[in-house]
Order: sequence, then structure tokens, then C-alpha cells
Amino acid sequence: MAQYENLFTVVQATGPLHHGVPLGHGNSPRTGDKPGLSYLLGKLGNAQIGPIYLGGLGLASLIFGTLAFNIIGLNMLASVNYDPIQFIRQLFWLALEPPAPGNGLALAPLNQGGWWQIAGLFLTISILLWWARIYRRARELGMGTHVAWAFAAAIWLFLVLGLFRPVLMGSWGEAVPFGIFPHLDWTAAFSLRYGNLFYNPFHALSIAFLYGATLLFAMHGATILAVSQFGGEREIEQIVDRGTASERAALFWRWTMGFNATMESIHRWAWWFAVLCPLTGGIGILLTGTVVDNWFLWAVKHGVAPSYPDVFPAVIDPALSLGVK
Amino acid sequence: MKQLSNWIARGLKLSGLAGLVLLSACERPPIDSVQHGYRGTGMAQVYNPRLLEEKTALNQPPAVQPAASTEGPKAGQVYQNVKVLGDLSVGEFNRLMVAMTNWIAPEQGCTYCHNAANYADDGKYTKVVARRMTEMTQHINSDWKSHVADTGVTCYTCHRGQPVPQAVWFKSAEQPYGSNFMGDKAGQNDPSPVVNLSSLPNDPFTPFLLEAQNIRVNGPTALPSGNRQSTKQAEWTYGLMTHMSQSLGVSCTYCHNSRSFATWEGGPPQRVTAWHGIRLARELNLEYLEPLTPVFPAQRKGELGDVAKLNCATCHQGAYKPLNGAAMLKDHPELGRKSSDPKAAMTDTDVAKVAAALPANDKK
Repeated sequence: MAQYENLFTVVQATGPLHHGVPLGHGNSPRTGDKPGLSYLLGKLGNAQIGPIYLGGLGLASLIFGTLAFNIIGLNMLASVNYDPIQFIRQLFWLALEPPAPGNGLALAPLNQGGWWQIAGLFLTISILLWWARIYRRARELGMGTHVAWAFAAAIWLFLVLGLFRPVLMGSWGEAVPFGIFPHLDWTAAFSLRYGNLFYNPFHALSIAFLYGATLLFAMHGATILAVSQFGGEREIEQIVDRGTASERAALFWRWTMGFNATMESIHRWAWWFAVLCPLTGGIGILLTGTVVDNWFLWAVKHGVAPSYPDVFPAVIDPALSLGVK
Repeated sequence: MKQLSNWIARGLKLSGLAGLVLLSACERPPIDSVQHGYRGTGMAQVYNPRLLEEKTALNQPPAVQPAASTEGPKAGQVYQNVKVLGDLSVGEFNRLMVAMTNWIAPEQGCTYCHNAANYADDGKYTKVVARRMTEMTQHINSDWKSHVADTGVTCYTCHRGQPVPQAVWFKSAEQPYGSNFMGDKAGQNDPSPVVNLSSLPNDPFTPFLLEAQNIRVNGPTALPSGNRQSTKQAEWTYGLMTHMSQSLGVSCTYCHNSRSFATWEGGPPQRVTAWHGIRLARELNLEYLEPLTPVFPAQRKGELGDVAKLNCATCHQGAYKPLNGAAMLKDHPELGRKSSDPKAAMTDTDVAKVAAALPANDKK
């Protein structure tokens, strides 16, 4: 009997290849007549590859995305004097930086943040088009738009970091650089500048939803795999017609923690936890600098940060004493 | 079952290999954590005993020469052209000269600074620099007790047996690559050892240890009240702080309150010492090193023609107290007080004279 004992699917069930539902007015024909089968990809997921739907939105999104990607990449390449070896060695350090703070919200010279502005604009257009594409494809299949709205939550955080907050602060210099280590260093510097982001309650909420989402995902994945020998992975059927897999999974959780989600509600829980992570995180970022300047002092003011006994001799800021060098 | 164990074996091999690759840049354990503040607040210093041992070996003070008699004629009366240490006895003076040779130029010997035919001659730039550095040492020990306390510094604190201290800095040249069109790195995004291979701005010295740009980026109030420091400026401060952390072999919480890096209240007193240290480094760079620019020959200067300057690492060299706190000054009290004859101390004219005497191709 087929078993799920590792990461990879051991048995690949392949039925007749299918094109999906008939398409309505205003859709472009699907790309590729004949879907293919891939044994290796079948180990990870469905062995059927295609049909892919590109369409006008997808094409436009790819064009803008490619432009942004190339602007960022070519700036990185130019910053190592077009040396491909240094480009690869230093890739994690390289970045396209936003304009200096003094530039405000003006258009910057190309090499002083102008490229960042152009790349940011193109990337934003690309992402928004991709969102519209996801929304439309879901509608064409008669699905709900949950995936699109989950993606929108991530786009919210992206736009807060790169557009809404910089505009409210009056400077593109407040935005994030495009680069691997540079954006991480920016994150640390952001927390340092605004008095320790750990005292930002929305940051705390975001972390709770981040860890909560991974915990729920692990619990759900484990539960379904654990009852797959009773057909538990056929979740949709189990929602409509609860079978022994569902009964056992539910009983397991009632035994162990007294309460269980249903086959349907667990997905609602997981969706909201995942979506609330960037939603609350974005609120926390948006408030930083605009509404709250120093999160530690804010937490002290509102009784969030506890005080600890003194263990060091009293220290005063030497800049306050007169006559000090 | 057999298939299962095969998969597990393959998985283990693969993850072992991936683990090795990922860990190759990490430090080999053990790691010791030393509490440095109230429990549960993350105020801890992290040490690796193996690396600490290496560092301790590198931070040993040299042997001390037996003290010389203070009796007898003064160096200023016996020798010519003694401008700084003239009030020492000849014995004390020679003892310090021997010590300086051991501290700074043990291989090159006396003639690294002196003209062998005439020790009074100021023809070698090294002698002029050494005199000014002696004045600097006396200045640090007498006017900067806020940073060096009574431990003090000697030439060895920085030089460690080398004519040029191991850790000095020059201004970084304009980015030598890219073009005016694209690829500006904005002074960062380079795996520079100055900032511990992070992508932070890698010349935090020019703005903070030469110019007096604002280091503090945090606002003094919970809600916005006019603090316009940006996140980008915080990156520059962060760069300087990373340098300090590296130079002293400590983490942020050696000086800072883990909950709020800006708050002085309830924080370690070491931060006050470090605050004075930043001002000390800035003053020495401005008052002692930069004015010597015309004296140094081109090969001792940076690519922009600037003089070698000091930062925290110049003295500390990885130890939270240079030489792990060994007090060398008590054996050389002559370096703990100012002894220059104000009339004889080096003036700008002297600098100009020495600069004029340098070979033509060195004048840069």
C-alpha cells in the first residue's frame, strides 16, 4: 500500500491529462496544446505540467518585472566594475540603494537613487498586475479569491515599506534597498533608529501570527498525513462527507487538547494567521516614525516595558555635563 | 522498510553536506556566555575560550627595563635639540629611548629615527613624528583620564613592535569602478572587515572620528518631536558601533542597555568610557595626526594622500582594555605628564621645515 514516509511522493497517480474548464469571453487561449508529464516534478507535486495561462496581465507583469530585475542586477554588476566573478562573490552584499534622505520625495539623479525609483515603480506595477492576474484567473475558474487577497496582504507590507511610509515621512531615503544583506542591515538599522522595534505591539502581533501560522501549518500537515491511510488527504470530500479519517483526526485533537478544528475551519485559521502576519507587520512599520518615534519610550510611557533593578553604578549621559570634552 | 532506510541514509548524507557548507563560515564552539546585567535582559558577553587564548597571547605587555636614576644632569642640558623630554635625567631619557626602540622599531634600531652621525638632527621624518607622538602620549595620559584612567597608554599600546601600528585607517577613495551612470554603492554594500563583513557603510571614521557628525539617531521622546535622523544615518552609526564592537572584542551590550541602545539610565558605565574614547580618537586625529600630513612621505599615506589615522582598533586590537588592562604607564611616569618646553615644542614652522627637507618626490 502506498505510504507517505518522506518528503517525496512515492506513488504517482496519473489520470487522463486535462485542460480544465471552458474559458469565457475575453480570455486568451491557453499556452501549450498538450500538457506534459514530468516524473521528477511528480515526486514533489502533480506530475502534469501545463497548461499555463499567460494572458495580457501576465505578459505585462513579466515585462515590468524583468525590467525591474535587470535594472537592479545591472546596477549591482556595474558596482563591481562589470566583473562577473566579483558579481557572484559579492552578490549577497550588493544592492541598489534608494536616494539619500536629503533628496526628499523628488526625482533623484539616476546614479543617486534614480535607478532605485525606476526599479521600484516597475516592480510595483509588475506585482500589482500579477495580483490582478491571480484575481482574474480565480474568477474564471469559478473559485473564491482567497489566494489573491492573501497575496494582497503581502503586497500591503511591500507597499508600506517602499511607498506609503516613505511618502508619509517625506523621503525616499526611508525606503528599503534592493539587496540581500543590505535589506537585512537596513532592518536592523530601522529598529535601532526607532528605539527597538520589539516594543512595537504590531511587530509583536506580526511575530505571533508568523509563528502561529507555521505552528498551525505543522499541526494541520501532520494531522492530514497521519490519517492519509484512511483517505484523509481527500480533504474536500471529508469536508462534505466526514469519513473515518476526519473522525479520527478530530478525536485525536479532542483527546490531546480537548478541542478540534473542523476540516473546513482549520484552513480558515491558517489563512487568517498567514494573512495577519504581513497585515499587522505593515501597520507596525507604517506607524514607525510617522506616529511613534521611539518605541522603547512609548512602551515605558504606556507601562509595557518593565523596569529592572539597577545592577550598575548610576550612569549619566556625559554630553549633559558641562565642561566635558 | 529497506527503501525507507535508503531514503533516510540519503537524506542524512545530503543534509550533512548542506550543513557543512552552511556552517563553514561559522565559529567552532565552545562559546561561553558571561552575564553582564540583570538576569533575563540579554545583557551578556559571548566569548570563545579558544579565540580568547589567542587574543590574550597577542595582548601581552613587553618586559620592563629597570628604573633609571633621576639624579645627575638633565637630558636637555647634555643633549642638543631635546624639545620634549629635556627635564628627564640622562639615565631616564636613555631608558625611554631604548624602550621606544623596542616598542616601535626593534628591528630597525635607533637609526629608524636618528641620523647615526648626528642624533640631534631632525632630518628624518620619523624623528619629527616620534617627538609629536610623545607629546600626544603625554596629552592622552594627562588630559584624557576619562578614557585611559591611571592605566594610561605608552607607544607600545598602539605600536606593538611595529613602526606603523597594525590598525590605522585612511579615507577611502571615490569608488574606483562603475560609472557616473549606474552602480553607485553609496559607501556601503561591500564585504569590508571594518564593519565585520556586513554591508554597512564602510568608512564610518571620516564622519565620526574626523568630523563630528551626529552619532545619536534616536529621538528623545516617544512620539515624533522633530528628530529628523533617517534610517540611512542609523546605518552609519551602526557601522561605527560595529567597528567598536570588533575592536574591543565585545558585543553591543557591553556598553548598551539591551532594551534601549539610546538610554543611559541603568546601562553599563563602560559606555561613558567609550563616549570619551570617541572624542579622544577624534581629537587625536585632528590635533596630532592630520597636522603631520606634510611630514610623512608618500608611501606612508593613503591613496588620497591623507595621513594614517587612528580608531578604536589602533589601541584596543581586539581587547576591551588594550593589553588586557596591563598598566605600563606606572613604569614610565615621564609619559604621564606634559614635559615639553612650550617655547621649544613643535610648531607649524617646524613641520614646514621638515616637509621642505624631504626628497622632492616624497612631497605629496
